[in-house]
Amino acid sequence: MLKNQTSSLLFFKNPTKVRNFREKLIAMILFGCGIFSILVTIGIIFSLFSEAIGFFLRPEVNLITFFTGTTWRPLASKVSPDNFGVLPLILGTMMIAVISGAIAIPLGLGSAIFLSEYASDRVRGVLKPLLEILAGIPTVVYGYFALSFITPILKSVLEDGLGIKVSFFNAFSASVVVGIMIIPIIASISEDAMRAVPRSLREGAYALGATKFEVSTKVVVPAALSGIISAFIIGISRAIGETMAVTIAAGATPRMTLNPLDSVQTMTAFIVQVSFGDAPSGSINGQSIFAVGATLFLMTFIMNIISSIILKKFREVYD
Amino acid sequence: MENQKLFSVSSKDYRENIKTRNRAEKIFNIVLLFAVLFGLFMLSVLIIDIAIEGHAWVRSELFTNYHSRKPENAGMKSAIAGSLIVISMTGLFSFPVGVGAAIYLEEYAPKNKLTDFINLNINNLSGVPSIVYGMLGLVVFGRMFGLFSEGSWLVDFFKIPIESGATGGWQFNLFGIPWLEIHLPFGRSMVAGAMTMSLLILPVIIIASREAIRAVPPSIREGGYALGTTKWHITRTLVLPIAFPGILTGMILSLSRAIGETAPLIIMGAFTYVPFLPKSVWDQFTAIPIQIYNWITLPQAEYRVHLAAAGIIVLLGVLFIMNGIAVYLRRKFEIKW
Repeated sequence: MLKNQTSSLLFFKNPTKVRNFREKLIAMILFGCGIFSILVTIGIIFSLFSEAIGFFLRPEVNLITFFTGTTWRPLASKVSPDNFGVLPLILGTMMIAVISGAIAIPLGLGSAIFLSEYASDRVRGVLKPLLEILAGIPTVVYGYFALSFITPILKSVLEDGLGIKVSFFNAFSASVVVGIMIIPIIASISEDAMRAVPRSLREGAYALGATKFEVSTKVVVPAALSGIISAFIIGISRAIGETMAVTIAAGATPRMTLNPLDSVQTMTAFIVQVSFGDAPSGSINGQSIFAVGATLFLMTFIMNIISSIILKKFREVYD
Repeated sequence: MENQKLFSVSSKDYRENIKTRNRAEKIFNIVLLFAVLFGLFMLSVLIIDIAIEGHAWVRSELFTNYHSRKPENAGMKSAIAGSLIVISMTGLFSFPVGVGAAIYLEEYAPKNKLTDFINLNINNLSGVPSIVYGMLGLVVFGRMFGLFSEGSWLVDFFKIPIESGATGGWQFNLFGIPWLEIHLPFGRSMVAGAMTMSLLILPVIIIASREAIRAVPPSIREGGYALGTTKWHITRTLVLPIAFPGILTGMILSLSRAIGETAPLIIMGAFTYVPFLPKSVWDQFTAIPIQIYNWITLPQAEYRVHLAAAGIIVLLGVLFIMNGIAVYLRRKFEIKW
């Protein structure tokens, strides 16, 4: 009783000025936390590009041959612009992104349709968390899985069975695990988009006598198309930025090849390789990873922007 | 007469039509089921594969020994210690900023261009590849733009005493307190690794905390305002306690993502072979996924196949426990309004 009284007395004695000052101070601190994320973005852009510019200002490299050259041999003893063409790394990255997309897009979209249209609430409640475990498994585990399980299967089926040569490190087995990894990302974003389609649209189609297949593919998927396409783009952009699985399973040979059973090197794998080699800061190799990293950042950044534009601009609004 | 003929369908055609459509329905059903089960099938194959290769190698040496040239003696003691310390520090660093940003965006932010921009920016950050965060951390925390290396303008101007060597830079005790040792730049220390990880999981924490705060119904806040109290008082005493379990769940889930991250720590220069336990947060370190990666790259099958799988079992075990705690918290404190 007494304690209550004193505290309420204190409250009234407390001048409003003090209270308002405290409120303002806290609001400012919280605002600082809010714009901190912008500082992070500025930090990323500054640190990547300042080092990348340092790389391009070197006499041994040339901006044009960097983006058009087809030979990537940064560790060669003779340093010349001809050895700094990033295209093999980009090709390796894109090959893995395309193959893993070809695996994950149909499977992810199928899973999304199943979860949103076919599964009962109980089945969905079990399947969805299980599927999401796939996205939570560390990528180094996927790399191990590719090397110890997928590659031996590929070798025994293709090499021993059909006589097609399969390298121990190859783009295909890396693509398979990256594909598995991005299934839940594509599935969960597409499913959200499909569940946002209002019931009335489905019921209208059922009233016309449509089957569930027809409702799903001709009503729900078209209505949710903007969300589905942005899910595809986000999935592919994840595959481009994927590092450990690709480093472990796809190898470290940058080359211009379209054969997925060959060993390739991706942009991310190159960055890891140089970081392990302990290139001193300021050396040409230490700087080259920033040029490659800036290219990688720009690619994923543009894809993420495109996906959010598609999501915003082309969304069908029903309610 | 003409009209009637146009619209009538013979019962044979009708039955045929229904039949093909029902068949399509059935095929589609099977295709969808295959799509869902493929992912789950792969998940179980992965777990079984790892269990078969690694189960015999999960033994006490794994937790009590360092990496060794003899596979039967090799363990990952320093990696486990490194991972646990780095993750705890990551939690300490990222929690205040992440939750602060979430409170700002949900409770304080006005509806304007800047807020839209912050939202867009957070979404974009969550899509930035983790390896890019590693490069950010290397430049900003690891090297600090070279400001504290010999010959930089800052060092020359303030005559900062710089130590040379691998762990060089400027070392001092903040306010002269012996245990408040500061090293600039952070170099390859656990502080640098934890700071990098904090930036990496920040967008995830902000998004999860915002959801938890948004789930607190407005009527609670209005009740507080009706009593004449201030915004921060309401946030602190009403909104945050109710949202706290949700925030904590999001926090644990993002930390469990961080514990499996390998690439940023490799870029930061975490070591693969650390034959000692860290004595301070300024020591160099290794982490569980880095140790696993190191074993995968070794030529002998004992490391490449078995020890790597054993390490993965430990890593997945830690993840499983963390996720279990998160699910438990969510179930226990879930409030339906």
